[in-house]
Amino acid sequence: MKKVIPLLTVFVFLFTGSVLAESPKTGGTLVFGRGGDSAGLDPAFETDGNSFMICDNIYDQLVLYADESTDIVPGLATSWDIAPDGLTYTFHLRKGVKFHDGTEMNADAVVFSIGRMMEEKKVKFFKDNWEFPKDQPPPEYWLSMEMEDTVDSIEAKDNHTVIFRLKRIEAPFIANMGMDFAAIVSPTAVIKHGADFRSHPVGTGPYKFVKWVKDDMIVLKGSPDYWGGRPYLDKVIFRCIPDNSVRFLELKTENIDICQFPNPEDIDLAKKDSKLKLVSQPGMNIGYLSFNHTKALWQDKNIRKAFAYAINKKAIVDNIYYGLGQVAKNTIPPNLWGYNDDIEDYPYNPEKAKKLLKEAKFFEKLKKAGQDKITLWSMPVARPYNPNGMKVGEAMQADLKKLGINVELVTFEWGTYLKKQRTHPADMDLFQLGWTGDNGDPDNFLLILLDGMADPNVRTQWKNQEYHDTILKAKTTIDMKARVRLYRKAQELIHEEVPMLNIAHSLVVWPMKKRVMDFKLHPTASIRLHKVWVK
Amino acid sequence: MAKFIIHRILSLIPTLLGVSVLVFFMIHLIPGDPAEMMLGERASEQSIKSLRQQLGLDQPLYVQYGRFVSRLLQGDLGRGLRTNEKISVEIAERLPATFELSLMAIFIATVIGMLAGITSATRQYSIFDYFSMVLSLAGVSMPIFWLGLVLMIIFSLNLGWLPLSGRLGYDIELEVITNFYVLDSIITYNWAAFKDALWHLILPAFTLSTIPMATISRITRSSMLEVLRQDYIRTAKAKGLSLLMVHYKHALRNALIPIITVIGLQFGILMGGAILTETIFAWPGIGLWILNGVYARDFNAVQGGTMLVASMFLTINMVVDIFYAWANPRIKVM
Repeated sequence: MKKVIPLLTVFVFLFTGSVLAESPKTGGTLVFGRGGDSAGLDPAFETDGNSFMICDNIYDQLVLYADESTDIVPGLATSWDIAPDGLTYTFHLRKGVKFHDGTEMNADAVVFSIGRMMEEKKVKFFKDNWEFPKDQPPPEYWLSMEMEDTVDSIEAKDNHTVIFRLKRIEAPFIANMGMDFAAIVSPTAVIKHGADFRSHPVGTGPYKFVKWVKDDMIVLKGSPDYWGGRPYLDKVIFRCIPDNSVRFLELKTENIDICQFPNPEDIDLAKKDSKLKLVSQPGMNIGYLSFNHTKALWQDKNIRKAFAYAINKKAIVDNIYYGLGQVAKNTIPPNLWGYNDDIEDYPYNPEKAKKLLKEAKFFEKLKKAGQDKITLWSMPVARPYNPNGMKVGEAMQADLKKLGINVELVTFEWGTYLKKQRTHPADMDLFQLGWTGDNGDPDNFLLILLDGMADPNVRTQWKNQEYHDTILKAKTTIDMKARVRLYRKAQELIHEEVPMLNIAHSLVVWPMKKRVMDFKLHPTASIRLHKVWVK
Repeated sequence: MAKFIIHRILSLIPTLLGVSVLVFFMIHLIPGDPAEMMLGERASEQSIKSLRQQLGLDQPLYVQYGRFVSRLLQGDLGRGLRTNEKISVEIAERLPATFELSLMAIFIATVIGMLAGITSATRQYSIFDYFSMVLSLAGVSMPIFWLGLVLMIIFSLNLGWLPLSGRLGYDIELEVITNFYVLDSIITYNWAAFKDALWHLILPAFTLSTIPMATISRITRSSMLEVLRQDYIRTAKAKGLSLLMVHYKHALRNALIPIITVIGLQFGILMGGAILTETIFAWPGIGLWILNGVYARDFNAVQGGTMLVASMFLTINMVVDIFYAWANPRIKVM
């Protein structure tokens, strides 16, 4: 009996719950207010979020991310096999899928879509010998996700089977295939439009492209025969409203349904408005403060640890992120698989910090280095992971002053900042920066940010043999459970060695009208409207 | 006259060349690199290098300038670094929006500005005169973004009379032919779109008109005051003509030349794209586009856009000059 009662409660709950939840309604138009226009709509060549959010709805990839996580689920491929050597991926394609222009989505279309990004086009078509367009811009994401160094050849084995042969074992490969750049495009349309395909996109996604008035709006309409089921909305309009305050006013006057990136002050106004609601999602990002590991001064991990005790992260998140963030204890955000929640962060403790500095003879070392102060580089612009680099820098400066450390804040114009930082100049002691994840794979944070032994472009240039071995092992292991174990270990190493201070993960909060239903912000920041409906 | 016109046209060439030098080197002097901006945190030494090469930014500055000018002479403005779209296409898509807005703004500015100026002049030192001159001072000094927001809050949010931003309601269907929405709606007899496009124009055009309006009203006032002091006005009055007739037929006509010059110049300035107004009212015109180009360090967009705006400004200026010379033959003797 004891077991029956809770079970009954669960049933009652489920029953009433399902009655209370409204069933989705088909039809209607959704107007999405955003801050800028797309640069282009050919997913292979775009680099900005405003372009990708449209592509998210027009195209599909072979694999997709699950609705609310970065778990990989079938997309245009219904299943895939990985050969025991980890080098051959065979994708079995969904049958009967058509592009919006009526042509068939098949293995040749996949070979074409991905093959056009390869430098050396080692591809084999099954029946259509598509010719690749010439004079293309560089496929930035294909290159930065190291796909050029990963993919050896692509072959259409039959009309619905594609084989990818890799140059090396690369566990994040499958996650990369879910990213925007790997979308499958209509070869017929690409060849027909050439460079103008960027403004005449044709994919297989839930929405079809209708029109684009530059800097004004992009209109999409629901594709009734979408393979994943007809989208509920008839029409979606992405309106470009550059000024944050005006965009919010448009929401208040009910001209738009969703207001992207509002001013933090407006979020309180939205809370009080009975017609509006807020939808939030922890961003897949990290804002951090790193040490210049090329300098002798920062080689002692106890000094680095002292800084971890010295910075009041909670005050930064409360006062500068306006609460739109969470204090970070790990480098990867909590919504990523492999997150190590067992780690206990260094608490804010200036006394402990002072003690550690004294033991490590920090001031003596500083003097020996010929310095009477240290520099702290801070970003001049707002970034998704840090709303105000300079203000965060000032807060850190004040925290360090309490330990008797004089800090000089340094900044440059954003492009110059990024460029100079890469050279690790001797007059840079600490620098702020951050990262927004691409594919939801921990490798995309832990290698790119911290494994200086893997790549000279890693911005922290921290070099630790054990860490490097762990990350490399995880990158070349296909078994998920083993990978999780390795990444948990990597996070322990970061905690122990403190190569950088994990400051915060930002929280994305967007106000919208109450009539907008089932809108979910995805961790990858993609905007997927397939299952969204309006009352 | 023909000689004067040819002379004016020829003098455009060195001016435009000067503009090209200024524009090119100024945008390249701003710190920042389009490749760094595009790649952001993920930029690596190699990716920056290959992107710069692709964009032609790895060449020395004088080579880049040479390419820019030689392309320019062939009428080619190049492609945007960010969008890879032809600059001429990008401009053609946005110019009608800016033109429509500027035309409406200059219309409002001229009607209200001239009426206020004439009334002030004919009733010099009256309360109306003081009031309108103070208002025109406020007009030139009011921050546009502030005025725009205040107008929005009053007329859209509170009263609900006018739309907040954009060119056309998204529920209005309009067949776009010339990309001048008001004109297109007339051509296609689409009166719903006509009304909507006009309604969308009012707030941004009024906001944009405040500065030219103030300038026009001040010039009208001073020019009218000067003419009103002339003997023939006194004669006209003495003949027993009605004041309305004297002011609007005899005085205004002669006071018109400096006013027209100012209107022409102001229109030229507006055509350069009203960056603030276009940004606030989400008006997809040239100003907003150039601003985005500056943010992204899209050198080609900024260079091409500025060159075009400069040549438009110079052309309008030239037309005004020619008109001026035609109206006042003394000008031709330079």
